[in-house]
Amino acid sequence: MDRDEEVLEAPYRLEYTYQRSTGPVIGRFLGALRDARLEGVRTASGSVMVPPLEYDADGAATGEPTVVGPGGVVTTWAWVTEPRREHPLPHPFAWALVRLDGADSAMLHAVDAGSIDAMRTGMRVVPRWQDERTGSIRDLACFVPESAAAAAAAAAAAAAASAAAAGDDRPPVTMFPSPVALDYTVTAGRHLSAYLRALAERRIVGGRCPVCTKVYLPPRGACPTCGVPADAPVEVADHGVVTTFCIIRIPFDAAPFPPPYASVAVLLEGADMPIFHLLRGIPPEEVRMGMRVRAVWVADDQLGPTLASIRWFEPTGEPDAPHDQIARHL
Amino acid sequence: MSASRARRRDVAIVSFAQLPPVRRDTARDETELVQPVVTAALRQAGLTRQDIGFTVSGSCDYLIGRPFSFVTALDGVAPWPPIAESHVEMDGAWALYEAWVRLQQGDVDTALIYAYGKSSLGDLPAVLTMQLDPYYLAPLGIDAVSLAALQARALLDSGRATERDLAVVAAARRGGAVAELLATPYLVAPLRRHDCPPISDGACAVVLAAGDAARRHARPAWIRGIDHRVEPHQLGSRDLTRSTSTAIAAEHAGVATIGPIDVAELHAPFSHQELILRDALGLGAEVAVNPSGGALVANPMMVAGLTRLGEAAARIHDGRARNAVAHATSGPCLQQNLVCVLSSEVAS
Amino acid sequence: MNRCAIIGIGQTHHKAKRQDVSIAGLVREAAARALADAELDWKDIDAVVLGKAPDMFEGVMMPELYLADALGAAGKPIMRVHTAGSVGGSTAIVAAQTVISGVHRRVLTVAFEKQSESDAMWALSPRIPFQPQLTAGAGGYFAPLVRAYIHRTGAPDDVGMMVAVKDRQHALKNPYAHLRIKGIDLAMVRDSPMLWDPIRYLETCPSSDGACAMVLTDEDGARAAPRPPAWVHGLATRSEPVVFAGRNQVDPQAGRDCARDVYAQARIADPRRDIDVAEIYVPFSWFEPMWLENLGFAASGDGWRMTASGVTALGGALPINPSGGVLSSNPIGASGMLRFAEAAMQVRDQAGEHQVDGARRALGHAYGGGSQFFAMWIVGRDRP
Repeated sequence: MDRDEEVLEAPYRLEYTYQRSTGPVIGRFLGALRDARLEGVRTASGSVMVPPLEYDADGAATGEPTVVGPGGVVTTWAWVTEPRREHPLPHPFAWALVRLDGADSAMLHAVDAGSIDAMRTGMRVVPRWQDERTGSIRDLACFVPESAAAAAAAAAAAAAASAAAAGDDRPPVTMFPSPVALDYTVTAGRHLSAYLRALAERRIVGGRCPVCTKVYLPPRGACPTCGVPADAPVEVADHGVVTTFCIIRIPFDAAPFPPPYASVAVLLEGADMPIFHLLRGIPPEEVRMGMRVRAVWVADDQLGPTLASIRWFEPTGEPDAPHDQIARHL
Repeated sequence: MSASRARRRDVAIVSFAQLPPVRRDTARDETELVQPVVTAALRQAGLTRQDIGFTVSGSCDYLIGRPFSFVTALDGVAPWPPIAESHVEMDGAWALYEAWVRLQQGDVDTALIYAYGKSSLGDLPAVLTMQLDPYYLAPLGIDAVSLAALQARALLDSGRATERDLAVVAAARRGGAVAELLATPYLVAPLRRHDCPPISDGACAVVLAAGDAARRHARPAWIRGIDHRVEPHQLGSRDLTRSTSTAIAAEHAGVATIGPIDVAELHAPFSHQELILRDALGLGAEVAVNPSGGALVANPMMVAGLTRLGEAAARIHDGRARNAVAHATSGPCLQQNLVCVLSSEVAS
Repeated sequence: MNRCAIIGIGQTHHKAKRQDVSIAGLVREAAARALADAELDWKDIDAVVLGKAPDMFEGVMMPELYLADALGAAGKPIMRVHTAGSVGGSTAIVAAQTVISGVHRRVLTVAFEKQSESDAMWALSPRIPFQPQLTAGAGGYFAPLVRAYIHRTGAPDDVGMMVAVKDRQHALKNPYAHLRIKGIDLAMVRDSPMLWDPIRYLETCPSSDGACAMVLTDEDGARAAPRPPAWVHGLATRSEPVVFAGRNQVDPQAGRDCARDVYAQARIADPRRDIDVAEIYVPFSWFEPMWLENLGFAASGDGWRMTASGVTALGGALPINPSGGVLSSNPIGASGMLRFAEAAMQVRDQAGEHQVDGARRALGHAYGGGSQFFAMWIVGRDRP
C-alpha cells in the first residue's frame, strides 16, 4: 500500500437543522414541558408510559394523557466524567433512567448530582427546569437529587409556568428545530488522491484496466465491469468532445454562475468515459453534442488538487466530431 | 413460523474473507475495501463472479457522512453483466439473512454477501446518537458509550455480574491482568476503556451455497438455523439486563437442539454484553466464546456482525469445530439481535 | 416454494409537508390502512421489512431501530432495505421473498420518506471534499440522458409535456396524490420555467412526505383474507455499475434484463399484449418513453410514438401510471413501493376513480441510483 501521507484528507462537517413535526402525542408532551409539567400516556394495557408515544411496545395506539411526577426514582445510571459537546451539562453528571411517580416506564435524562458519590440506583430525583422553555426535551434541564430545596424550586417553577400559561394562548407545540453537526475527516483514497494531485500540475491522469484496457477518470480500485484495479496510469489530453449536456436555467445554492449556463459531459482524448464540467465561451443555446472543447486551467497560483483546477471548458472551434464517435458515450 | 420448524433448503457458508481491521484505513475508499474481500471470498469458494446467483451487502451512509455510499462500493463486485442484487442499511449479518431467504426459493444456488465500514472517518459515538429516537433521545446528545454504561449498571445492580466479571471478559479478549484493568479509571462509569470496543475500519465477504453447490466443498458450515429479532427502542420499556430478542432468535434458530456447541462468536461490543448474551443463548462454561477476540478487539461497524458468522464458519471449515453459534447485534444496548447456528453436519 | 399474495394495501395522503404527524405517525398511517384492508392487527404480523432512501433526509440513522415498536415489531424480525430510488420496490421484493421461501406467513412491508424534515437537494448532495462539485443540481444528472434520448430517437419536444399533462390528469382521480393541478394542460407545462434544459418545471417530480405499506401472505393467508388478493406472478431485481466505459444509461441493460426475467416468471411473451396496466417510475416526464422501450412495450426508438398516440393514458390500451405516478407524488423512499402497490390495487379492482377496467395483470416498476438499480413485479388477479 502507498504511504498514508500521499492520501489527501480534509475536514467535513455534516450539518443541518432538521425541522421535526411532532404529531399530537409528542407535541402535547413537549407542550407540557414548556409549562414545566410532566405527562405520560395510558397504554391499552393500563400502564402509564413516559415519555409518551403514539403507540405502546406492541404497536397498539395509546390513549389518554395523564399527569406524572414531578419526582421519580433512578432505575439505572452512568457517570460521565468528560461531557461531550452535545451533552446537556458542561460538567460531570449522570445519565439516568428515571421512573417518574405514577409511571410504569422510565425516561432517560441527565442528573446533576455534583459527584459520582451522590449517585445510587433507587435514589429520588426531581426536575430542574430551564428558565427559557421552547417545547423541547431540553426544556427539562436535568433532574437533581431530591431535597427540600430542589423540590421547592421545581414547584415554584411549575407554579410560575402555570400562572403564565393561564393568561397565555400560546399555540400547541407542533414543531421543533433539531440541529445536527457531525464532524468527519474525509480521505480521498490513494487513487483519487493521485488523480487530484496530477490536476494540480495541469495533468489529467487516468487509470487503465488491464483486462478491458479502458481508461477511467479517475483511476479506480475496481474496474466496474472487470473487478480488477483500473489503475495503470495513463495521461490523457485536456481536450475532447461533448457527448451530452444540459443547460441549467434555474439558480440554486451550489450554482457556479447565474443561469443560464451549460453543464457538459466531455470525452477527453485518450479516455474511455466522460467527465462532467462546465462549458463557457459560447452562448448556451449553441452548445451541441459532438462539439470539440478544451480545458481552461486556472492561473498557476490557483492550481490545487481539485477538479476546480480546470475553470471550465471552451470550444476549440474545430469541426464537430461525427455522431458515431460519441454514440456509445453519454 | 420459525426457521427451525419448517423444512428448509440446506444452505452453508462455504467461504469467508476479511481485511484485517485497522484503526484507520485512509488509503482505501469503499470500492477498495470491497474489491479485495470479494475477490478472496470467491477464490476461496472456487467460484467466479459470474457463478453467483444473488449478491447483497450491508453498510451505512452515516459512518462516512455521505448518501449512497453503497453505490460506489458495488463497483468492487463489478456488477456487469447486470446482477440480481440488494442492499440493507444494516450490519452485513442481516444481508446474509436476506441471502439465506433468497436461496430458500430454490432457483439460485449461490450468494455473495459483503459488508464494509469506515468508522474512523467520523466521531463514532456522536454518529451513533443519530440512531436514536429523534424527539426524546437524540436531542439529549446521549452517546453510544453512555447508553452501554446504563445497561452495564443495570446488570451490576441485578447482582448477576460484578465489575471484576467485566474485566475478566476484557482480559480474555484483549489481554491484560484483571487487577490492573480494574485499577484503571472509568471512561463512563461503570465502564472502563477496556470494556468498550475500539474504533475500526474493515470489510468482509461470505459466500453461501445451497445443496449440491455446497456439498462440493470439503467442509461446508451448514446453517442449521438463523433468526433475528428486535426489541422496543425506548430503553425505559426494556429489561436491559436480559437480551430477550437474542433468546427468541436463539430458540427459533435451534441453539438448544443442535447438540454440544464448540464455539460461539458473539457480537458484544461491550464486555458486559458478552455476559448478557451468554445468558440469553444458554451457553455453558465449556463453550469457547469469541476465539477471534470479538468486537472488543475489532469493531468495524456494519462488518463486525457478519464477521462473527464468518469466523464461526471458518472454525468449521478448518475442522476445529463441529457446531458453532454466531451472533450479530445492532442498535443501542443490544436492541436488535441475529442468531445463526452452524454445523459441519447437514440437517438430517 | 410458496405463492405470495398482497392482501392489504395502505398509503398516506402525500403532501409537500406532513407537519401534522411525527415520522412514526406517518409510517403508522400507511401501515394501519394496510392492516385494516387485510382486517389484521399488529399482533397478526410475523415480520416487518422497512425501506427508505438515504437516512440524511430525516436525520435518523437506521430508523428501523427507532420505528421498531411503532411498527409493532417488538419481539419480531425487522429489516431495512436501501437501494436508492428503487428501494420501495426492492423492499416489497425482500418481503415477498420471506413469504415465497416459507420463512414467514404474514409480513408487513413499509416504505416512507419525510422529506420536509430537511431539504432534498441538501440531503441528496451535501458538499463533500474531493467529491465532484454538483454544478447542475439534481435534474442536471438526468437532463443529459433525456437530451441523448431525444437526439437518438428524433422525438418531438412535446412528448415530455404530454406525459406531464397525462400523469397530472390521472392524479386528479387519485385522492392520495400530492400534486393535483386543476386544468393542467400542455400550455401550462410549456409555460412553466425551463429548469434543466430540456426539462421544464412541470416535467419534474415534486418532493413529498409520504408512506406506503402492504401486507403480504401465503396461499392460506390469501384464502382467509376478506378481500380478493393480488397474486405475485413474478419479481426481479437487477443492478449494474453507476458508470463504466460505453454504458448505455438511456436504455440500461439492467432494466432490460430485469424485465426479461420478470416476464419469464409470469409467462408473459408479449408485454404489450399481456399486461393491462403498468405503474412505472417516471420522475422526469421523458422517462416514460425511455422506459417503454427498456421494458419492451415499444421497439427501440418508438417509445415516444407510443406515448404520443395516447395509448398510455387512462382509457388507452396500456395505461401507464393511472395513479399519477412519481410526477404527482414523490416521497422518494416510498415511491417505488407506491408503484408496486398501485399495480396490486389495479388487479384487486381497488383503484377507485383511476381504476383500469378489467385489469388482470399489472407491472410495478422502480429504478434508482444513476438509472442502475431496477426492481419489478408482475401481479395478477388470478392465482398463478
